[in-house]
Amino acid sequence: MLADSFPMSPTLLPVAAEPAIDASATAFVLLCASLVLLMTPGLALFYGGMTRAKSVLNMMMMSFGAMGVVGVIYVLWGYSMSFGGSNIGGIIGNPFENFGLKGVVGDATGATLDANGTAIIDVFGADVWIPEVLFVGFQLTFAIITVALISGAIADRAKFSTWLLFSGFWVTLAYFPIAHMVWGGGLLSGSEDGLSAKIFGATDGVANVLPIDFAGGTVVHINAGVAGLVLALIVGKRLGFGKTAMRPHNVPLVMLGAGLLWFGWFGFNAGSELAADGLSSLVWVNTTVATCAAILGWLVVEKVRDGHATSVGAASGVVAGLVAITPACGALSPVGSIILGLVAGGLAALAVGLKFRFGYDDSLDVVGVHLVAGLWGTVGAGLLATSGGLFYGDGIKQLVVQIVIALASLIFSAIVTALIGLALKATVGWRITDDDEVAGIDQSEHAESGYDLVARGGRLGVTSTGPQTDARHADELAEEGVKA
Amino acid sequence: MKLITAIIKPHQLDAVKEALEAYGISGMTVSEASGYGRQRGHSEVYRGAEYTVDFVPKLRLEVLVDDMDASSVADVILKSAQTGRIGDGKIWTQPVEDVIRVRTGERGSEAI
Repeated sequence: MLADSFPMSPTLLPVAAEPAIDASATAFVLLCASLVLLMTPGLALFYGGMTRAKSVLNMMMMSFGAMGVVGVIYVLWGYSMSFGGSNIGGIIGNPFENFGLKGVVGDATGATLDANGTAIIDVFGADVWIPEVLFVGFQLTFAIITVALISGAIADRAKFSTWLLFSGFWVTLAYFPIAHMVWGGGLLSGSEDGLSAKIFGATDGVANVLPIDFAGGTVVHINAGVAGLVLALIVGKRLGFGKTAMRPHNVPLVMLGAGLLWFGWFGFNAGSELAADGLSSLVWVNTTVATCAAILGWLVVEKVRDGHATSVGAASGVVAGLVAITPACGALSPVGSIILGLVAGGLAALAVGLKFRFGYDDSLDVVGVHLVAGLWGTVGAGLLATSGGLFYGDGIKQLVVQIVIALASLIFSAIVTALIGLALKATVGWRITDDDEVAGIDQSEHAESGYDLVARGGRLGVTSTGPQTDARHADELAEEGVKA
Repeated sequence: MKLITAIIKPHQLDAVKEALEAYGISGMTVSEASGYGRQRGHSEVYRGAEYTVDFVPKLRLEVLVDDMDASSVADVILKSAQTGRIGDGKIWTQPVEDVIRVRTGERGSEAI
């Protein structure tokens, strides 16, 4: 079942006789949602290790900050704008219809209810029902990781407050609309009002050529990748970009983060089937082999170009492969997935050098990895899909549709990100001061440092001046005549 | 009294320490250092971006000795630190006016 058949509104589905919660699917999606949530702390490690030691905490905090902002917003109006509310112009759902999960929990008037009165949905019309609030939770984790991905483009230099504002505006104005367009029955879906239906026609209310984006190549990776590029241009380069050394300060953290991302990604891809079945099993294998192949693809390029196969390259290959297989994981054979992953790793390894050629400071390669591999995965699905793919002799229609949804989400995201980024630049501003940037953003924005290692006893010349002394303890010391 | 300072390869530390102990030297100070002389740094590549690491990690070993021991202690360090390959480091000796042991207040040779 392809992700594009998310209905416009779950409540419009034909209702099976006495629908009931599918316990296996519910258990599976609960687990998958937890896995996807773990990806964001994993990303924080992956990104944090790649920055310099003086900005590791800010880098990780951009991920954790996105968790705070986006998680709250998703429940308030995010779900309604993505999946719940009625369709507005094929672009967005009505944010007020399910505001605060009204109609999903509590008085769920209008929703399909099981025997216990729980609102349930059957997203793909496959008679597999899960609680609707679980679908909300699962989708919430996707929104968080997508926003967090962008932060890699603006490492070391952005005000934390501006980043949090950006997170809220961007997820509302860029992420929810694209999620709605692709998965919520909007313009980029297979609905009869979608672009695909307008190009190649529709039969019985469904486009003849269904766009393929199983788990979020467009919604997550092209979207975040373009946003990273636009923000990097708006925020500007780090001081000394291209001159001073900005090498990763902790490569083991990078590899640990890549491992956690990979683990969490099973929830992302296999979980997007919303059922523990044959297709989610195929997706698991496709996700794995594409990623394995992408490691090899990246390392081969490095070995030939730079002379060494590096650890950062292997970790980056993991992410490039996961990104590329994300849209395609339900439509390819395992061998097709290997080809897709191999190309993804090689392409991304070549693409990370573009920032030096064109002079934009996409600090941690959000463009090179997420945009390039996301575009390749989305377009590559038009070549390698076992049903509809050009390489399987099914013509170019699928490929055309894939290119259309990739470009449409790319252009939409670029415009919206530019508007938000420039508005914030003109009002609250993006950059910390040059002095603070040189000293390290961790100190100026968070009043912390990531490491305290001097001679293992801590940094020299640090004296306690705040209220952290335990008053009771101080009194006891005073009684004993010890000068605290 | 003399202060002998030696810049050595980090992995030669154990050999130098054992040789000094065998000679009868009872204490020393070691700190991490980096620098370059005839041995230059190396290059590293992260996601295709190449960095040259100019400074090579070394250890700085400091020993306080009596005047009469200075030359032979320097020899002991020389022999134990030498690998014959580029980057073995340097040894130098300086005069020291006074030495005080903090715990007891002893001065001069007594404090070494």
